[in-house]
Amino acid sequence: MPDSPVIVHGASEADHHEHPAYLRHHFESVEQQADAAGFAMWLFLVTEVMFFGGMFTAYLIYRNWYYPAFVAASHQLDVRWGTLNTLVLIISSFTMAMGVWCAETRRKKGLVLCLMLTMILGLGFLGIKSIEYSEKIEKHHVPGFHYSLQSFTDPQSDSAVYAEYHDKPLPLDMARHTEIYFSLYFALTGMHALHMIIGIAILGFMIFRAQAGAYTSGHVTFVENFGLYWHFVDVIWIYLFALLYLISRHQ
Amino acid sequence: MSATIVSLPDQSTARIPKMNYLSKENGLLSWLLTGDHKRIAILYLISLSFFFFIGGALAGLIRLELLTPQADLMATDTYNKVFTMHGVIMIFFFLVPSVPATLGNFLIPLMIGAKDLALPKVNLLSWYLYIAGGTLAIYTMATGGVDTGWTFTTPLSTHYVNTNVLTTGLAVFIAGFSSIFTGLNFIVTIHKMRCPGMTWFRLPLFVWAHYAASILMVLATPVVAIAIVLVALERTLGIGVFDPTKGGDPLLFQHLFWFYSHPAVYIMILPGMGVISETISTFSRKRVFGYTAVAFSSVAIAVFGFFVWAHHMFIMGISNYAVLVFSLLTMLVAVPSAIKIFNWTFTLYKGSITFETPMLYTFGFMGLFTIGGLTGVFLGTSGTDIHLTETYFIVAHFHFVMVGGMLMAFLAGIHFWWPKMTGRMYPEKISQLAAVITFIGFNFTFFPQFILGTLGMPRRYASYPPEFQVLNVFSTAGATILGVGYLLPVLYLTWSLKYGAIAGNNPWQATGLEWQIQSPPLTENFTVTPIMDHEAYDYEWLENQNLAKEKSKEVTHAG
Repeated sequence: MPDSPVIVHGASEADHHEHPAYLRHHFESVEQQADAAGFAMWLFLVTEVMFFGGMFTAYLIYRNWYYPAFVAASHQLDVRWGTLNTLVLIISSFTMAMGVWCAETRRKKGLVLCLMLTMILGLGFLGIKSIEYSEKIEKHHVPGFHYSLQSFTDPQSDSAVYAEYHDKPLPLDMARHTEIYFSLYFALTGMHALHMIIGIAILGFMIFRAQAGAYTSGHVTFVENFGLYWHFVDVIWIYLFALLYLISRHQ
Repeated sequence: MSATIVSLPDQSTARIPKMNYLSKENGLLSWLLTGDHKRIAILYLISLSFFFFIGGALAGLIRLELLTPQADLMATDTYNKVFTMHGVIMIFFFLVPSVPATLGNFLIPLMIGAKDLALPKVNLLSWYLYIAGGTLAIYTMATGGVDTGWTFTTPLSTHYVNTNVLTTGLAVFIAGFSSIFTGLNFIVTIHKMRCPGMTWFRLPLFVWAHYAASILMVLATPVVAIAIVLVALERTLGIGVFDPTKGGDPLLFQHLFWFYSHPAVYIMILPGMGVISETISTFSRKRVFGYTAVAFSSVAIAVFGFFVWAHHMFIMGISNYAVLVFSLLTMLVAVPSAIKIFNWTFTLYKGSITFETPMLYTFGFMGLFTIGGLTGVFLGTSGTDIHLTETYFIVAHFHFVMVGGMLMAFLAGIHFWWPKMTGRMYPEKISQLAAVITFIGFNFTFFPQFILGTLGMPRRYASYPPEFQVLNVFSTAGATILGVGYLLPVLYLTWSLKYGAIAGNNPWQATGLEWQIQSPPLTENFTVTPIMDHEAYDYEWLENQNLAKEKSKEVTHAG
């Protein structure tokens, strides 16, 4: 190249070749663009793992320290609701995966339908979650000023749970630690619900765009990456379900 | 496509190219909505400087208060707020984004032969998040500040203070996401956007250092984010994760906090080390000695950096065995840092060294960082740490690494790439003077603090026993000199925007790809995708090219 290697000229290479309209100017090819976006999404999910990881660490430590309190407190969660919600989320992951497939095979109607189903299932999850939350509020199991230890110091007063598990009363200092369990329960499921809400908002935006045919003309990166996000939120729930509802329900 | 050949500046036609990234579009909106990594870098540079001077003014207040043994300039409560805000602003709004968000943003695409970062919109988003966080921090300061120290230690931050912990926490949280997005963008860009021929081991060490720092940003920052969320929930809703009255453990907060905040010091220093690799090679006209070792030492620092956090907690009641292990690991981190220092020193050996301003700052970095790093080993030794922790020794150590190291590197980088960013040279003589003033001022400010620390003066107090006054006066006087050292570049660099000499493409005759294009670059950076066909820092190759060129001229002349 000559001494001044830069030719001052406004036109770029893009003018000479046929490129799809969605190829951003700074990428060489569509593959490079899709590769970069996918890689970025995986990295973002790594940061999410670290974000939830902080709370999982806290859970691990306190569970070891206050085992009886964690067992008694987990009896307050209804496995049936939890299982139902797990099912709802897994089905929504399936509809999301179908949505990605529809986008890849350029089926506009199918894509819109799948995204709508995913959104409805997501809302259903939140609905069930709010039923569970309202039970906790009624029983004063939300940590803070109004927190009540009655279900743990006097399990027989909580007849429904007692009938199922026959918990022995916890000593007062151990019963106090149930508040930590519920702190983590609300922090973890609350953060998860927040991710669901963000996901549902993005789904709404995507349904709107999908109807205009934005994702069925070959540019599927956005749908694919959102799919990754949705599956990730699903996977987090699977862990929450196992840790909060399932393990060591019986002493 | 064509191979890029290193060329010397042609001074006879030196002028600023009419088409460049600065002149392409005008108006405020063309800046605020830009996707161009170079413009975003400039936006960052301006906003970072703003926060630096706020943080600096607060530091000035601290030093002024410590001029006398009594707490007479401000109430002790106010003093707590001043040093807290100094820490929060300097760390989260200056040091963490300093080199990556300005120089990294500007240079990484240029250095790897790309037209932009992989995710330009995310890049702009990260600047807006930074501004949102920064605005919140300023708001916090204006409405009463926060006095927990920048570490937000629980249960002080959750139960005992009535200051703005929430807004500060939110500000840090938002700024954290800005940093996550920057790191994520860099990793994706370095993986996916390199030009043909730009293999991993042809990357400039600046890029390697940023890659390592980005890994830390992406993996560590979310942990402090969740720690802050839990503190906020504890303050507002009264959940009990860190609350000892409910069985929560305040130490857990410390673990989560330092799991980020220790790697964060490597987030701050690694990009600075990247700058030093570039300047030292350019101004000794030699390839960096042990390129591979320096590249891998960056990665090693990033990896080891994750396993040393508990050395901040030796006196906080962690087990003795944990202290042993973390003490050992802490000393291991010194090894890759030492590899860098030794390799830079060997680079100087038999080099043709010149003393332009960036090189002066580089020498400053090497000396001060070495002292800062070695005192870090003292503090990693648990016995010494128990004696010295919470004294001014810590303050001096940290400032030697961060101000003596990082800020020197930042200034070296700004001067070094100023011609590329603006197309104009900074005035050399006065810049050299500023570099010397900074060095002198720095040592006057912070060296006495090592002595104060060993004598036992605790940090974070507005008053102190009168026998410490002499050294404190030294420190305050030094801070004044240091302030002058920092003000000067602002003045002459601004001046140079209009009156500086035209720089041309490659004023330093450096080999990096960024020097082979016009200054300031085009928005698209490269008109044709470059092909990299030689190693980084190949100065021998460059000299041969020049010799060949001269020979051919002689031949033509004779002919």
